[in-house]
Amino acid sequence: MRQLCKGNVAVIQGAVLAGCRAYYGYPITPASEIAEAAAFYLPQVGGVFLQAESEVAAINMVYGAAAAGQRVMTASSGPGISLMQEGLSYLAGAELPCVVVDVVRGGPGLGNIAPEQSDYFALVKGGGHGNYRNLVLAPASVQEMADLTMLAFELADRYRNPAVVLTDGFIGQMMEPLELHARITSPPEKPWAVRGTAATRKNLITSIHLEPDALEAHVRKLEAKYREAQEREPRHELYLAEDAEVLLVGYGIVSRVLRSAAEQAREQGLRVGLFRPITLWPFPVQALREAARDVRAVLVVEMSTGQMVEDVRLALREQAPVHFYSRVGGNVPLAEEVSARIFEWVETAVR
Amino acid sequence: MASEPRGRVQIDPNECKGCGLCIDACPPHCLVFTEELSPYGVHPAHYLGSGCTGCGICFYVCPEPGAIVVYRLSPPPKVISTTEASRAATL
Amino acid sequence: MAEYEVVHSKSPVFYPIYERKADLKHQTHYCPGCGHGVVHKLIAETIADLDLQDRTIFVSPVGCSVFAYYYFDVGNVQAAHGRASAVATALKRACPESIVIAYQGDGDLAAIGTAEIVHAANRGENITVFFINNAIYGMTGGQMAPTTLVGQTTTTTPWGRRPVNEGYPLRVCELLATLEAPVYIERVALSDNKNIMRARRAIRKAIELQRDGAGFSLVEILSPCPTIWKMTPTEARDWVAENMIRNFPLGVFRDRRLAMPGNGGPPQRSVAEVLGLTSPSLGTEAPAAATPTDTREWKMKIAGFGGQGVLLLGQILAEMGMREGKEVSWLPSYGPEMRSGSAHCHVCLSSQRIGSPLIEHPNVLVAMNEISLRKFAPSVTPGGLILYNRRTVPADLGVSNVRLLPIPAAELADQLGAAKVGNIVMLGALLELTGALSFATAEAVLQATVKNPDLLALDLRALQAGRDWARQLPREVR
Ligand SMILES: Cc1ncc(C[n+]2csc(CCOP(=O)(O)OP(=O)(O)O)c2C)c(N)n1
Ligand code: SF4
Ligand code: SF4
Ligand code: SF4
Repeated sequence: MRQLCKGNVAVIQGAVLAGCRAYYGYPITPASEIAEAAAFYLPQVGGVFLQAESEVAAINMVYGAAAAGQRVMTASSGPGISLMQEGLSYLAGAELPCVVVDVVRGGPGLGNIAPEQSDYFALVKGGGHGNYRNLVLAPASVQEMADLTMLAFELADRYRNPAVVLTDGFIGQMMEPLELHARITSPPEKPWAVRGTAATRKNLITSIHLEPDALEAHVRKLEAKYREAQEREPRHELYLAEDAEVLLVGYGIVSRVLRSAAEQAREQGLRVGLFRPITLWPFPVQALREAARDVRAVLVVEMSTGQMVEDVRLALREQAPVHFYSRVGGNVPLAEEVSARIFEWVETAVR
Repeated sequence: MASEPRGRVQIDPNECKGCGLCIDACPPHCLVFTEELSPYGVHPAHYLGSGCTGCGICFYVCPEPGAIVVYRLSPPPKVISTTEASRAATL
Repeated sequence: MAEYEVVHSKSPVFYPIYERKADLKHQTHYCPGCGHGVVHKLIAETIADLDLQDRTIFVSPVGCSVFAYYYFDVGNVQAAHGRASAVATALKRACPESIVIAYQGDGDLAAIGTAEIVHAANRGENITVFFINNAIYGMTGGQMAPTTLVGQTTTTTPWGRRPVNEGYPLRVCELLATLEAPVYIERVALSDNKNIMRARRAIRKAIELQRDGAGFSLVEILSPCPTIWKMTPTEARDWVAENMIRNFPLGVFRDRRLAMPGNGGPPQRSVAEVLGLTSPSLGTEAPAAATPTDTREWKMKIAGFGGQGVLLLGQILAEMGMREGKEVSWLPSYGPEMRSGSAHCHVCLSSQRIGSPLIEHPNVLVAMNEISLRKFAPSVTPGGLILYNRRTVPADLGVSNVRLLPIPAAELADQLGAAKVGNIVMLGALLELTGALSFATAEAVLQATVKNPDLLALDLRALQAGRDWARQLPREVR
């Protein structure tokens, strides 16, 4: 059954289906509807919703609920995500699964509440202290807001690590048809959790390993998990990429614009395709290299001054020239704007 | 012969850190530091062998969970005279 | 013959050997004479006496007691600096049957974790907090704590704490006792035998209260730190008695039972019910008479003033499109722009998957006021349609190559007796003029979304009014 649904609300509908029964958060535009939806849905299905005193408290409540083995989540936007970085590091260090949604807005500082993609570094590259990674998923539609939130819970549990849904104000605020697949999941058994029972009495959740050898062993263990994720989890989508001479690369809302831009460019006779990373970490390196094998140029478009483009360049190395185009401050690039860029580049390249 | 002390304590030199809080707190002053150093290099507390009332104070002031064990003399089974017993029954 | 029996010995709530410790597995890591060990013993004794070992979750802080999990044979969760009460909050809510103990030092609880403790207390979380006040940062080597006494030298107050620079010592019990929810707050001290036995009673009471579901309890324990204070253990104990108690008076600051209102919560339903996965009542199952032949791409921008129903009109169009089997997207302007009064939204209707939901060049513009008309009219694609909420259009607009139709929607709505249905009047006109979607679908959507029968009747009349107005427009402008 299709229902017209707001992206932010779809997140919670997916979360409820995924068996999430706890939400701890703090309001911030443009993510607040996620908290509001959680406040509406979770208590009706026996879950917990609590508006915390801050994002610092919220992420540490997430830590507590995750330690107890609950499927738990929070959501925020730039300024709140900055405050949650401490907790994310602890969650990863203590190997606790959780889902964090970042509905990115303009920064730095208070910036504004319009969409940006400027939290890529903060979440894909880390942000908190220590050797850890977040698993990062980037939805590009309302449907994916639900689907990727569900996937995020699965991945978080599979790797016992925080999983992030990195989205933006537009995807969060827009409405599209949402089809919920009535596949109600129950979270996996978590024998490691601490639940105040005889069976879990010997369990310990901690991120301290005082001896250097012990900490090295722990960090190596995390590293091995991350390597496994890099092998198994990269996800991407291709559009018109098969015969493309120019490959556009963008995620989230930008990928939607690039879809239109590719179509427009094709109408004008240039074979343009799209590569959309769905997982930002692990970054779909192999798939990108293959998609770009026969292209003349790659154009990365971001609503940041150049964050994901670093990963594209790392992936492609000398394989193809990588160009970059960006809008920031809450401005979303238009399809016309991007296709005009493509033609400019192609012309200079030919000349 | 002096009557048997009501209490007795045993201090584990493996756990005692020689802080002296028990020695200071013991009302009948029946704890002292040992002359010898423990393997940790401290003078652990030590029971003199008499005078302990089994009050348990040393146990509660000691920060180490297992350094002190306090024993108390279990009261000898009371021989209740039949007259007493019958009087109790009428109460 | 009389026999000696053990009356006090290591609690079974402690591990016999501290295997999690790297070495010296028979001893705690605390300094000789440290108050932490004493408090640990009192807590362990209570847990054992009340038979709560299996149910207990101990949240250790960052501070000298960070390794409390070396010792307590209970469920253990180690928290970030200052966050123990936040972590404990969620643990307790996840496991209501458990006994959750947050154990925090003065830096942890009263400095970096001030917000967390105040709010956990204020919510009346059914947890027990043991607050070890030793007036110093022990673990990090003796910096000032929020509870450091006036004049006390620390590594960061080398001339003593000066209120003019550092303020006064923070009295946590007094502060928390101003809150409504806590049920039990007491300050005790490890200053002498008697006070240690008082501490023992307080600790026991606090855990019993949690066991009985009473609510938030906190026991502050004035506790010696001989190492950092640079005193012998006995001197440190006496310093607690002589200096700390004078600044932090002992006593019960709160002891009452409280019935917190609002226990019921919402009715419990199944996930399928809550998400509407079972009921077709929303009506989206049966698409109304569709116009499947219409494969045109509609890019509509609807703009106006907040309160004119601009966003809602867009949502109705998107909902209708979805019911007719189209791909749809609806994107609002949001945030401060809305607060300033103006609002607009983008609606795409297509037979193909929709690329950018952001419309730069609409082929339909609904301008509910003049400002939006002037702002967006120039962006309408050649051949596009503009519906303007007036009887006449401004003469100086200067757009060409578009159909610009005045539809006095607000006026017609007023005639129907409700200005707020102007957007529905506009919908009627828009459907009539574009044929993008069917009237039957519009009626179905209104029926599904407007529950009040009077309002529904009004909406249906408004829809018809818009349609009628559009119909009587001369053919050449249509
Ligand atoms: C975010 C953060 N800031 C600073 C520290 C360093 N730190 C560790 S313990 C501590 C203070 C401990 O003092 P207290 O809570 O009074 O406990 P005590 O050691 O005296 O028992 C500090 C500042 C930290 N671990 N994390
Ligand atoms: S039990 Fe009492 S009397 Fe005996 S050693 Fe301990 S403090 Fe002294
Ligand atoms: S109080 Fe405990 S640690 Fe200190 S001297 Fe006595 S037995 Fe040893
Ligand atoms: S530094 Fe102070 S608080 Fe820390 S273990 Fe030593 S005596 Fe205890």
